[in-house]
Amino acid sequence: MNPAPALSLPGRDLIGIQGLSAPEITGLLDLAEEFIELNRQIEKKRTTLRGRTQINLFFEASTRTQSSFEIAGKRLGADVMNMSVGSSSVKKGETLIDTAITLNAMHPDILVVRHHASGAVELLARKVDCCVVNAGDGAHEHPTQALLDALTIRRNKGRIGGLVVAICGDVAHSRVARSNIILLQALGAQVRVVAPSTLLPTGIENFGVEVHRTMEDGIASADIVMMLRLQRERMAGAYIPSVREYFHYFGLDEAKLRYAKPDALVMHPGPMNRGVEIDSSVADGPQSLIREQVEMGVAVRMAVLDTLARKLPNA
Amino acid sequence: MRDGLRGADPRPLLLANARVVDPSRGADFHGDVFLAEGVVKDAAFGLAAAGAPDGAEVIDCRGAVVAPGLIDMRAFVGEPGAEHRETLATASHAAAAGGVTTIICQPDTDPVVDDPAIVDFILRRARDTAVVRVHPMAAITKGLKGEEMTEIGLLKAAGAVAFTDAHKSVASALLLRRALTYARDFDALVVHHTEDASLSDGAMNESEFASRLGLSGCAKAAETIVLERDVRLVAGARGRYHAAALTCADSLAVLERAKEAGLPVTASVSINHLSFNELDIGGYRTFFKLRPPLRSEEEREALIRALASGLIDVVVSDHWPQDVEGKRLPFSEAEPGAVGLETLLSAALRLVHADKVDLVNLLHALSTRPAEILGLRGGTLKPGAPADVIVFDPDMPFVLDKTQLKSRSRNTPFDEARLAGRVLRTIVAGSIVYEYV
Repeated sequence: MNPAPALSLPGRDLIGIQGLSAPEITGLLDLAEEFIELNRQIEKKRTTLRGRTQINLFFEASTRTQSSFEIAGKRLGADVMNMSVGSSSVKKGETLIDTAITLNAMHPDILVVRHHASGAVELLARKVDCCVVNAGDGAHEHPTQALLDALTIRRNKGRIGGLVVAICGDVAHSRVARSNIILLQALGAQVRVVAPSTLLPTGIENFGVEVHRTMEDGIASADIVMMLRLQRERMAGAYIPSVREYFHYFGLDEAKLRYAKPDALVMHPGPMNRGVEIDSSVADGPQSLIREQVEMGVAVRMAVLDTLARKLPNA
Repeated sequence: MRDGLRGADPRPLLLANARVVDPSRGADFHGDVFLAEGVVKDAAFGLAAAGAPDGAEVIDCRGAVVAPGLIDMRAFVGEPGAEHRETLATASHAAAAGGVTTIICQPDTDPVVDDPAIVDFILRRARDTAVVRVHPMAAITKGLKGEEMTEIGLLKAAGAVAFTDAHKSVASALLLRRALTYARDFDALVVHHTEDASLSDGAMNESEFASRLGLSGCAKAAETIVLERDVRLVAGARGRYHAAALTCADSLAVLERAKEAGLPVTASVSINHLSFNELDIGGYRTFFKLRPPLRSEEEREALIRALASGLIDVVVSDHWPQDVEGKRLPFSEAEPGAVGLETLLSAALRLVHADKVDLVNLLHALSTRPAEILGLRGGTLKPGAPADVIVFDPDMPFVLDKTQLKSRSRNTPFDEARLAGRVLRTIVAGSIVYEYV
């Protein structure tokens, strides 16, 4: 393998896609490409993070993202520890800074953090000396998801610029949507959002996206149809009348997918609610990239950890 | 200092060579103010030239402004129940340093001020520990639960100057109507927080910026809907009504119509909403998390215009101390509120320096008007008025350092702000309770 290209990120941490330049994003994707090859070999280990300690601190349960970061860290040679903090207590936020200070005293090199409150990862990052990777904060950002989505798109379409990407579903509560909108626009894609008005955030018209309220309009001639998980646990305000009605109008099935380009590809960040936002025939169909997204997740996270580790003291 | 309010006769004071601003008369002139026996004896040109009365201390103000002390209609003091955030003593020292000579405190203490004994407790604690005047407001509903009316008559007799459910709206229109109707019989003032709970269950203003931060929003309509409802209730009940803190132009339009219709409706705006907009939240800065939330710049400008035109009656600090633990949290989980007693005047003077409001009108909204609305004797320099007077240099520049605040909590959004205008002396009942050194 060639030596990794020299690249860097603007800060010590990766809190969001906001603030990254197009070359920085492309640099990360290029590096991730190398790790895809590595991950397909029998010997998957690198030593970039040897001796480093990575702590995955998850205030919100997530099997997929947490294991993806764990594998990424381990393949780069880091010692990885997982910490899941109970999310039942109402006052859980109280422990955030204390937890940060406590962990910081153990001298970790990398903290991977997920939290249910927007801005919480940034807050924590200010209290620690190591580098912090945002694994999702509230409805704010989920940068590694956007990067892995971009990598998946680029490998299948050969480019991102000029593509029409329709992001469909619960945009209002989705950090995946926010990070993806910023990233895809930075790389020149034409982004649409498709959702009932109750699931669109205020001011979405000013995000530079096309806003559609029906799937037929929204995914017409789209190159990529990106479905979002309907965050049922966040539906306290009854944003939609019923799952049945939601699936009828916004669930992606084969009939609706026919409005997109014939070679359109379907994505979903997972975990899927089959029969709610996506039909199994589409999720498992020939146009689905959903399993590939998971593979790209490990590669992208390795690229992020590798890049940030270069900035660590004594690197 | 503690003797300020109780003490025997303070020495007579002649505040000489001052720019005397008496908003109760619309007056702004060069002259002197003579205080004795706890009251203003005279405020006129040439008092000093005529010679200081026997035994009077003469203070050369060197052209600084002498004005009635400020009356802050909305401040949370943690006593009883949250003394770790603020006590009557610490709040009063903060007030004195900010030129506030009368604090009207909120009833959302623990226990809630819904019983005459608690009004009495606060008044006695204030007499014993505070250096400025303190008047409690009592709850409109028992326990602030919005279910049963409090003993408005007895509470008023005990010393409650107004009735409010603090930062809660009374959701039941029927209950508020009865409270307004009943309060009228006692000429009691209802101060109402106008925010529909179901529409304001968010972390900040509902806006594009909130969407970008991934924070849930509180709609402006939450405020206007409640205000509109309240105005209709006042039209029938005719009780005196004061909107506690308006934040948007839509509400101002409702207020204007109510006033044009001759209804007994008045309103406040908080200094925070005159000073900041939602963008000041920046990267989740919890010191800018307020209730009601900061709105857009457009709304802020509308509030300033309404203050200048007199549509807005009163400017309040909405002093709301929070301890470190309440603010060092993710934005959506942090407590709302900002301390403001000490910065109220300096921050408000920004509007004067920016030529948005003139000094007399500003001080009218900070002293004369709240006194009128509450039925207090202060807010004026007319002979016989209480000798609650401040001396301030409206131009003295400084950078606010939150560690220097006298309040027990330091959650100020003005930290490191450049301000101009500093209180030099605060006098309550004729005694100097604060002196800038």
